[in-house]
Amino acid sequence: MKLHELAHARTGDKGDISNISVIAYRAEDWPLLQERVTEARVAAYLGHADPAVVTRYVLPQLQAMNFVIRGALTGGVTRSLALDAHGKCLASVLLEMEV
Amino acid sequence: MTIVRIGAGAGFQGDRIAPAVDLAERGNLDFLVFECLAERTIALAQQARLKTPEAGFDPLLARRLRAVLPGCVRNGTRIVTNMGAANPQGAAACAARVARDLGLSVKIAAVMGDDVVDRIGPFGLEETGQPAADLGARLVSANAYIGCRGIVAALDAGADIVICGRASDPALFLAPLVHRFGWAMDDWDRLGRGTLVGHMLECAAQVTGGYFADPGRKSVPDLANIGFPLAEVSEDGNAVLTKLPGTGGVVSRATCTEQLLYEIHDPARYLQPDVVADFSRVQITEIGPDRVALTGASGSAATGLLKVSVGYRDGWLGEGQISYAGAQCVARGELALGLLQERLSICGDRIAEARGDLIGWNAIAPGVTRRAMDLPEVRLRYAARCLDQDTAQQVAEEVESLYLCGPAAGGGVSRQVREIIGIAAALMPADLVPVRFEMTEVSHETA
Repeated sequence: MKLHELAHARTGDKGDISNISVIAYRAEDWPLLQERVTEARVAAYLGHADPAVVTRYVLPQLQAMNFVIRGALTGGVTRSLALDAHGKCLASVLLEMEV
Repeated sequence: MTIVRIGAGAGFQGDRIAPAVDLAERGNLDFLVFECLAERTIALAQQARLKTPEAGFDPLLARRLRAVLPGCVRNGTRIVTNMGAANPQGAAACAARVARDLGLSVKIAAVMGDDVVDRIGPFGLEETGQPAADLGARLVSANAYIGCRGIVAALDAGADIVICGRASDPALFLAPLVHRFGWAMDDWDRLGRGTLVGHMLECAAQVTGGYFADPGRKSVPDLANIGFPLAEVSEDGNAVLTKLPGTGGVVSRATCTEQLLYEIHDPARYLQPDVVADFSRVQITEIGPDRVALTGASGSAATGLLKVSVGYRDGWLGEGQISYAGAQCVARGELALGLLQERLSICGDRIAEARGDLIGWNAIAPGVTRRAMDLPEVRLRYAARCLDQDTAQQVAEEVESLYLCGPAAGGGVSRQVREIIGIAAALMPADLVPVRFEMTEVSHETA
C-alpha cells in the first residue's frame, strides 16, 4: 500500500531545511502510520545516507506528524540549482512510499 | 464579547489582488494584512534601492493600495503590510500619493529598524560559522526579523496603514491583536495563540484550499475563484478561521492541519521575536461549513535573539533547457548532458557547481528509487553557479548550441543568466535592534 492511500502531506522550506507534514485521512490509520512512517524509512526513501538528518515530531490529537529534514535543499532556495529549489514537490514524492 | 476580524490580503509578493478587494469591500474586517516579503525579496529590494534611492519597496504597493483603500477606508479596516521591504519610508510616501489621488484621508506609519547591515559584521553566519564581515564587498543586506512592538506603537498612535520591512510574518497579524486587546508583552499564552492566528493566515489561500487540491483525493470546489482567509479572534486568542460566503475554496480540518505544520520545525517551539509559540497541542475543529475553530496554542518567553537574514552576492547562474521526445528520449537527453559536461570542462573552477537533470525523469528527487518506464518526452535542464557573468553566459550558450550540434531532434530551447543573491542566517540580541515609526498624515478636505 502506498502512503497516499492513508495520508496527505505538505512541504515547507526554511533555508536548507525541508519539512514535510504527513496527516492521516482517517483516525484509525494513525497507529499504522506512526509505526511504519519512521525517521529511518523517510531518510532512506528520500535518498539521505545519514538517517540522523531527519527528525519526526508527532501531534496525536491531529493524527499528524512533521518530518524535518536538514540539508535537504542543496543549499536552500536562494542558491540551490534545483528546478524545484523550494522542494515543494517533495511531499508528493514521499506519498509514493510503500507502507 | 469583542471579536477582532482580521484578514489576509496577500501571501506572497505576486499574489492575486481581487480576493483582497473582496475582503476589503465585504469582509467587515478590523484589519487587513498583506504579507509580501520572501527570504530573498528584501536583498533584491536593497539592490534596487542602491541603484535608485527612492525605490526598494514592493513594486506592487501602489496597485494593491489603489484597489483596496476605498473599501478599507469606507469600512474602517486598517492595513498592516511588510511591503516596505528595504525602504518603508519610500513606501509610505508612495501610499500617501495613492491616498491623495483617491481623495482619502489616512494616517500612514513607516516602521523602521530592521535594517542592521551596519551592525552585522561580528555575528557568525549559521551556514559557515564565519562572521558576516568576512563577506566583504559581497554583503548586500542584513535585516532582522523584528517583532510586533513597532507595529503596535504605530497602531496605538492611530495609523490606518502600517508599512514595515522585515518583520516576522506572524507578527504582522499578532500586532493588531496586541493593539486591540491590550495583551501584555509577557502574556506568553495569548502571544502564542495570536502567533498561531498569524501563522495560519500569513500564506493566504494556502489555508483556503490552495496548495492542497489533488483530484480524486482532496477536492476543492471552485478553485478558480478561491477566497482568501479571515479569522474571528476572541480576547483569549482563540479563533475561528473562515472565508467569505460565495468565494471558492474550502476551509477544513485538513487544510488547516496542513497549514499548521507548514514551514514549522518543532511544533512545541516555534521561535518568534515576541514569544516561543507552542502549537503541539493545537485542536482543529470543524464547527460549520468553511468554519474551523483553532484552540490550544500556548507560548513561553521569547529567546531575546532575533533571526537576521543576510543577503550576499553568490556568483552567477547560467541555465538552459531543451526538450527531446519519442523513443530513446532519455538516452538522447543523457547524451546531451554528457556533451555539456565535456564541453564546459574548459571552464574549470569558474564553474563552482553544476547540475544536469531530465525533467520528467529525475529533476525533482534524483535520489529516490523510480520505476523504469517509457517516457513520451523529457526536458533537459542544465544549471551552473559560476564565478562570473561571462562563464554563466557560456553555460547558457552551450545548451543552446545543442540545437545544431547535439543529439537528434532537440527543440524548444530556453535559457537564462542572472546574478545569484544568496541568503544566510545569523542571530542578534534584540536589544541591538531598536524600532521606531514615522507618521505621515494625508488630509482630504471634502467639498
